[in-house]
Amino acid sequence: MSRPAGPIHLARLHFKLGTLNELQYRVNFWVQLLNSALNLATGLIAIAVVYNQTDSLGGWTSGQLLAVLGVHVLIGGFLKTFVVPNMWSLIRDVQEGTLDYTLTRPVDSQLIVSIRQINIWSLIDVALGVGVVAWAVTDIQADPSAGDLIAFFVALLCGAAIVYAIWLTAVTIAFKAVDIGDLMQILNGVYEAGRWPVTIYPLWLRGSLTVVIPLAFAITVPAEIISERIEGWWLIAALGVASAALAVSRLIWKWGIRNYSGASA
Amino acid sequence: MRYYRAGMRIGFQREIQYRVRAFLMLFGFMIEPTIYLVVWTSVADAQGGEIAGLTTGTLAAYYIVWTLVRVYNLAYAPDAWEWRIREGRLNEFLSQPIHPFHRDFTFFAGAKFVWTLAWIPVAVFLTLIFDPVFDWAVINVVGFVIALWGGFIVRFLMLYALGMINFWTTRGSAIFGIFIASELVLSGRLVPLELMPQWISDIAAWLPFKWTFQFPIDTFIGRLSPQEIVSGIGFQAFWSIVLGLVFVLVWNRAIRRYGAVGN
Repeated sequence: MSRPAGPIHLARLHFKLGTLNELQYRVNFWVQLLNSALNLATGLIAIAVVYNQTDSLGGWTSGQLLAVLGVHVLIGGFLKTFVVPNMWSLIRDVQEGTLDYTLTRPVDSQLIVSIRQINIWSLIDVALGVGVVAWAVTDIQADPSAGDLIAFFVALLCGAAIVYAIWLTAVTIAFKAVDIGDLMQILNGVYEAGRWPVTIYPLWLRGSLTVVIPLAFAITVPAEIISERIEGWWLIAALGVASAALAVSRLIWKWGIRNYSGASA
Repeated sequence: MRYYRAGMRIGFQREIQYRVRAFLMLFGFMIEPTIYLVVWTSVADAQGGEIAGLTTGTLAAYYIVWTLVRVYNLAYAPDAWEWRIREGRLNEFLSQPIHPFHRDFTFFAGAKFVWTLAWIPVAVFLTLIFDPVFDWAVINVVGFVIALWGGFIVRFLMLYALGMINFWTTRGSAIFGIFIASELVLSGRLVPLELMPQWISDIAAWLPFKWTFQFPIDTFIGRLSPQEIVSGIGFQAFWSIVLGLVFVLVWNRAIRRYGAVGN
């Protein structure tokens, strides 16, 4: 009983608490459903308008683009459920000086700031994303084997790890500049760039989205795996990038709290 | 009038303190049009350099001016009304002799000048990369300045009136979601309306959205005749009056309902 809870147990407890809390507000479900449906609808309209004018966008068919949209919505759902709410409380803590309470707790500070909040209604996006991917797979008449599905799932996990690392790193760096609310909007804008396959972008943008902010590995690669556009070794690359991203975010987090001096007193 | 000058100066002064922020925000803004531009340029290239009469150069011009129009589109957001009402912040405005509309409007108007300065490097960067083609005459530039501010007034009134919903419900965000999605499709923000199916442009003709987005852009890049520019400004005036009346009507009812929730 006196032993401190392990990280997984702690995360489970936080998620359960957050879920129970949110479940009190059922209307939020409908509001979120409407917003998610609208967001998906505009994505579908954009694809429809493009393929109304052409058959292939930089070598991508409409079915393959649908897969990209599906993964974008799915990973976006993960981001909004688990990552963004935590980043907002982290920002609030930094601004109000209450981060000290977290830093003095006996568990790992990065773990705590990453699991405190959950917005379960955004799981709707995850569900919608899965639906769109399934639709895309039927549309391209891909016939994924069990191995392909596992590869896709692993690629999605890598994608989730990558976006988490990107968000945490950006927010940590922004410790120094106190008006970081805008940063979240900019990150949102950057995330929108993942809605289209990075291969259609000009080199400078593609390069930034592959190396600096590796959204290419978070969204385009899983979509290419499920729509059978690329070879399996890309999965290894995605695993490598995800591990590197997590490691970098860890280092930067350590650096961030070392340099952090409470703004409160 | 004197209040308007002072209010705009406050907005300007406040924003000029946060130059880096303005620049970062614009960098964020740049991503959205760059994506559209890249998508449509590659579609146009695949079709021999032109779609629906739009060349790649015109598309580039369209989305570069898009960024400036987007800056002028920024207005007091309906969600901010929710916060203002929920936290009882409205009280401090109500106890002042001047209507909060003037305060918000002048604040945003003044901030535009700072944002325009921050926009210049973004525009230069995009121009160097994408080779836009403009077809300019004096009337376009003059018309654009009017259309830009006209678009701001229309959108400001639209959002301000929409914000009034928060006096009746705490679930306003669902309605704003619908609003933003419709605007994206019907204003020319996603793509110029010519590229949309005919029925969508038909609907757009009856709504205020396109006068805040596509109209100022088209004015600047020289796709409109002088007559079209003048009639477009007329439409902006028409919508400003309609939306202004709607706002006054709703405001009078809203304020009677309002009982401070704050402390």
